[in-house]
Amino acid sequence: MCDTCGCNVTPGNAHLVAAGGRLAKTGDGQQAIDVLHGLLQANDHTALHNREHFDRHGVLAINLMSSPGAGKTRLLEATIEALRGEFNMAVIEGDLETENDAARIRAHGIPAIQITTGSACHLDAHMVHDALHQLDLHALDIIFIENVGNLVCPASFDLGQHRNVTLLSTPEGDDKPAKYPVMFRAADLVLLSKCDLLPVLDDFSPQRARAYMHDLASRAPVFEIAATSGAGMDAWLHWLLAEVAQREHEAGQLAVATEPV
Amino acid sequence: MHELAVCQALMEQVEHIAAGQRAQSVESIHLGIGPLSGVEPRLLEQAFSIARAGTIASQADLVIETIAVQVSCKQCGAQTTVMPSRLLCGTCGDWRTTLVSGDELTLQHIEMTRSTAADRDEAARTASGPVN
Repeated sequence: MCDTCGCNVTPGNAHLVAAGGRLAKTGDGQQAIDVLHGLLQANDHTALHNREHFDRHGVLAINLMSSPGAGKTRLLEATIEALRGEFNMAVIEGDLETENDAARIRAHGIPAIQITTGSACHLDAHMVHDALHQLDLHALDIIFIENVGNLVCPASFDLGQHRNVTLLSTPEGDDKPAKYPVMFRAADLVLLSKCDLLPVLDDFSPQRARAYMHDLASRAPVFEIAATSGAGMDAWLHWLLAEVAQREHEAGQLAVATEPV
Repeated sequence: MHELAVCQALMEQVEHIAAGQRAQSVESIHLGIGPLSGVEPRLLEQAFSIARAGTIASQADLVIETIAVQVSCKQCGAQTTVMPSRLLCGTCGDWRTTLVSGDELTLQHIEMTRSTAADRDEAARTASGPVN
C-alpha cells in the first residue's frame, strides 16, 4: 500500500477519512491530526526507489524467504550452475552473523554481498539499498535477495523485489502455510524443497501443503523440488526464465516511453 | 520480533508530524492493525513502552484498533469476515476471493498539545482571514 493514491483507505479505516478534515480540536482542547500513513512509510519509500533502480536496468529481483535451513542457499547454488553463461546473476545475502552464505555463492564465481543484520530478524529496504551500491546493475539480469531465515518478520518489509519466492522444506511439515499465513500469502511462488526426503517422511503431503495454500486464496504455483538431486529444478528454472523475459519486455517498454522525442 | 523496528519507524513519523504542528507533547497515538500485516499488537505495545522514552511522545498512550480480516468473493459477491489462515468465502466457500481489509498497518491519528506560540499564530492567521 502507498500513501498517495488512496489504496491505504480500506473498509477498516474509511470512517476516519469520512469523519472530516485532517485537523480537528478534541473536546479537551488538544489538537488531533488524522494521518492515515502506513507505519512503514520510510521503508516503503526506499523499496520503491530500489524497484525503480531494478526496472531502469532491466534486472529481475527475487526475494527468497523461508525458515532457516530450508535450502535457500543450496537452491541458489544449483540455480547458478544451471543458468551459468546464460544470465548474469548476483546475490544479496541476509544473515544475523557470518559471511558463510556469501562465501558459498562466491565459490561459484558470482558476486555476493553479505548483509549481517546483527540481531535484526529481517532485511529491510534500506539494507538492500546499501548493498545495491556495491553491485554493478548494468552487468546483471537477476538479483536474488536471500532474506534472513524466518517465516515471520521478512514478510512485513517490502525490499523493492519483483517477486517473492517462499521455500517450504519437507521436514518442516506441510501445515506451515496455515501457521504462517502472512508469509505464505505474500508468496508469488512456493517451492516445496528437499522433496527427495519425501520417501522417508511419513507426515508431509505435498497435496496437503497445496490445500493450505488454497485456503489462503493464493494463486501462487507450488513446485516440488530437490536442489541436491536436481529433481523438479526444470519447473523452477522455467518459471524464472519467464519472469526474466517479462522483466526485459517491461524494461524495453520503459526505455521507449522515456526516450526523448 | 520486528515490532521494535516497526515501532521505531512509527516514532520517527510521530516526531516529524509533531514538529510540523509545533506540538509540545503527544498525548495519544492511534493505529489500525490487521492480523495479516504480520505485526502483533501486544508486542508492538511492549516495544512502544521502550521506543517512546525520551521522545515528544514519552507520556503518550498507544491505542490500537484491530481490524477484522474481510474477503470479497468473486463467485457469489458476498463480503465476509474470516480467519487469517482461511481466506475462503464465508458464504459459498469458494477460494477465489480478494482481501478487502485485514492487512492494514496504519497510523490513523495523533492527539497532541500544541505550544501556546503555535496556537497564538494560528489564532492570528484565522483572524486575518484565509490566505489562499
